[in-house]
Amino acid sequence: MAWRTPRGRAGLVFLGFVAGLALLGPALLPDPFRQFDLLELASTPPSAEHPFGTDQLSRDVLSRVVSGARISLSVAALAVTLSLTLGAAVGLVAGYWGGAVDAALMRLVDGALAVPRLFLLLLVLAVPERVPLIILILIIGTTGWFTTSRLVRAETLRLREESFVRAAEALGASRRRIIFRHLLVNTAGPLLVAATLGVGDVILLEAGLSFLGLGVQPPAPSWGGMIMDARPVLEAAPWVGIFPGIAITLTVLATNLVGDALRDALDPRGA
Amino acid sequence: MRHWLLRRTLQAALTLAVAVVLLFLLTHLLPGDPLAREGAGRPLTSVQREALQARYGLDRPLLEQLGTFVGGLARGDLGVSIEYGRPVVGLLAERLPATALLGGTVLVLNFTVGLWLGVRQAVRKGSAEDRWLTTLSLAGYATPSFWLGLVLAGIVGVRWHLLPPAGMRDPLIAGGTLAAAADVLRHLVLPALTLSLVSIAGTMRYQRNAMLETLRLPYIVTARAKGLSERQVIWRHGWRNALFPVLTLFGLWLPILVSGSVFVETVFAWPGLGSLAAAAVNGRDYPLLMGASVLVATIVIVASLLSDVAYAFLDPRVRLS
Amino acid sequence: MTRVLDVRDLRISFPVSGGRLHPVDGVSFSLDRGETLALVGESGCGKSLTSLALLRLVPEPGRIDAGSVIQLGDTDVLALRGEALRRIRGKRIGMIFQDPMTSLNPVFTVGDQIAEGVLAHLPVSKAEAWERARGLLDEVGISDSAARLRAYPHQLSGGMRQRVMIAIALSAEPEILVADEPTTALDVTVQAQILEVLDDLRRRRGMAVLLITHDLGIVAGRADRVAVMYAGQIVEEARTGDLFARPSHPYTQGLFASVPRITGPVTRLTPIRGTVPPPTAWPSGCRFRPRCPQAFDKSELPPELMTVGEGHRMRCWLAEGDGPIGMASVLPSHPERSEGGIP
Repeated sequence: MAWRTPRGRAGLVFLGFVAGLALLGPALLPDPFRQFDLLELASTPPSAEHPFGTDQLSRDVLSRVVSGARISLSVAALAVTLSLTLGAAVGLVAGYWGGAVDAALMRLVDGALAVPRLFLLLLVLAVPERVPLIILILIIGTTGWFTTSRLVRAETLRLREESFVRAAEALGASRRRIIFRHLLVNTAGPLLVAATLGVGDVILLEAGLSFLGLGVQPPAPSWGGMIMDARPVLEAAPWVGIFPGIAITLTVLATNLVGDALRDALDPRGA
Repeated sequence: MRHWLLRRTLQAALTLAVAVVLLFLLTHLLPGDPLAREGAGRPLTSVQREALQARYGLDRPLLEQLGTFVGGLARGDLGVSIEYGRPVVGLLAERLPATALLGGTVLVLNFTVGLWLGVRQAVRKGSAEDRWLTTLSLAGYATPSFWLGLVLAGIVGVRWHLLPPAGMRDPLIAGGTLAAAADVLRHLVLPALTLSLVSIAGTMRYQRNAMLETLRLPYIVTARAKGLSERQVIWRHGWRNALFPVLTLFGLWLPILVSGSVFVETVFAWPGLGSLAAAAVNGRDYPLLMGASVLVATIVIVASLLSDVAYAFLDPRVRLS
Repeated sequence: MTRVLDVRDLRISFPVSGGRLHPVDGVSFSLDRGETLALVGESGCGKSLTSLALLRLVPEPGRIDAGSVIQLGDTDVLALRGEALRRIRGKRIGMIFQDPMTSLNPVFTVGDQIAEGVLAHLPVSKAEAWERARGLLDEVGISDSAARLRAYPHQLSGGMRQRVMIAIALSAEPEILVADEPTTALDVTVQAQILEVLDDLRRRRGMAVLLITHDLGIVAGRADRVAVMYAGQIVEEARTGDLFARPSHPYTQGLFASVPRITGPVTRLTPIRGTVPPPTAWPSGCRFRPRCPQAFDKSELPPELMTVGEGHRMRCWLAEGDGPIGMASVLPSHPERSEGGIP
């Protein structure tokens, strides 16, 4: 679907490229932890040997950017999967049961949405000393389901009132099954769009947390962490911080282009 | 209308209450030792720990702690910062003006330049200009604000010496209020630009889509058939209506701005709430972080209440019902 | 009679993958001062697009093809650009649309919306424009006009809103009024009132009216002439009395047969078989052929408009009189339809 517009195609091609690099790159590139010049731990500018240069610990920046892709993409993919699952479950429960359950869940969502997601994450992550990657993914995923639940709830409510659902019910079919089936069909598109855009958001969020020292813990290479590490040498060795930033921007832009193209394909009027 | 206003205000109050309880539970139920930093690297003795727990009320039952917290909140007391050893409320109040200045500037830029560009895009839908603006705004949205800030500060501030790369005031500049104001303005340019570039995509896209929806409506044909100029058709008849959906966006958009300001203020050493929150993170200063979160939630809730009210007053269909 | 509008060979096209569609395909008609012409057809026949083309308001990405002529007095409408085009909109031709709810801007008062039409064309002050707006409300039969000026569209009933639309269309005193399905969205009781207002204005102001409708019922007694459209073309054109007395084109006959009558013998309603095809599925030859009960071998060829009586033309090979059966036997007469003050 996203393939139909040039921008959607560009996004898909780039994402495929990044995913390919994340999978295969580490096998082809130098060890991201290897220090090339142990005598003089200094960064060298981009060269044939190190196309993105080396950082102040004399590590290959390209290798680290590629390893960072692996971490960023997997964190984003897993966290977004968790968010969507939670959001769909809560939305379905709220929309299907209605009444007090619905009211309580939606007030909870209202309240949660009033606090920017970043602040929720800062609060949770600031207290413990070190957060393992898997816990980080769980935490990011748990703070991202609120809007999804609203989307699914609205669709469930709409379906509940649809005449064909009522008719099927009158004929003795299981309403729950009908709602579930149609819900899957009807929300698949919007959820796909939300997932794609969500991946971009989580990449940015994870980079930001790592930049603040709360995300992926060093020495594991993460894009945000690399930018944080590059801060003191940004004047003398700009390449150390420039390349991870470009990697974030292009990857997130690619996911947004794909998400946009998907949305346009699903709703031609907004194109 | 009065009835609606009352209900909407009550709803906002309820949302705020839920948010506060949620924030409280988040910090008190999660694992992690809030006192870990207190020993300055050395493990606390059990006597010290108990004393500290008593001081922060951590030895009480959860419900009582919540009661204490909410009671304090009602009196405008958000506790004492671990890092600064001062009341949180005072710290927040000190930092609020700088954030208001930065956020207000970005807000104005977004809701003038962003809306104007969005309308242009809708009017020239499908043109090269429309496509480029979309791609550029998405690229801005995809750029990490802290990175863009560092790059801009490095190039414009440090390398070219055009604008100050950090801070809000130059201590060497004395003189009249005018010189001081000009100095603050010079410091404001880079952080405001950074934050605008990464956040303008939202307003542009929303305005573009709302405008496209509006331009399809029959009363636009009526306006043209009357012989109004294209400018009148687009701005007076189109934009006036296409503004409503953008107004409701306000409540969604403000959290993005606030999150962005944490990074931008940190990078530019802008003495606002954002850099305070980042400092609180570094110091594991959860009372301060908690206070900042409560304040931010309040701002978001009040702003979205205000945007709903503004919408109601601008739309005669709501105002007169 | 002074000719105020002349439309010849109007073709409107829309790009589709692999070519262009022509939802309006060679429409010609003219309008004299003080005259009412009804353009009748089912939805999708191209009548609304035709009316929008008169003011060059065909929605994107539609285009008026080269070779089309829209002559407004001595103005060549299709040659106009920018400001010159703006100056004929509302000033030479005023327009009324189908749905008065969505055709009025919800955020401006009635007075605002009428006065801006005045201000767009006449050299008057804002206060004068509002005074004129008040006068226009009086003229379209809205009582308490001074108070209504300050009302918003949602505060008015459907009939009132349509009266406001008429006032807007009249705001710059145009010589032609185009009414596109002006009563379709209204209650039956209100329909007659609105048509009455239009007729009254035409008589008093000497305007020409182009009445676009799918409803033959509102044509009788109001239009001087009728043009019936089908699939982007005019298929029959006649003085109203002639058309009602002797509908000649099989499509027109079908339209009459599917409308219930109050007077005359009770007969079964016979709907036209099939449905109006979309522009993508127009057949070659006569476009009504697949649905026509009288189609014959010659219908495979596209017919031209041919004369069947004085000022009476139709686009059907039956007009040549050499169809499978003679004209006289296929054309039922409807003497009871010549009522309603048609001369």
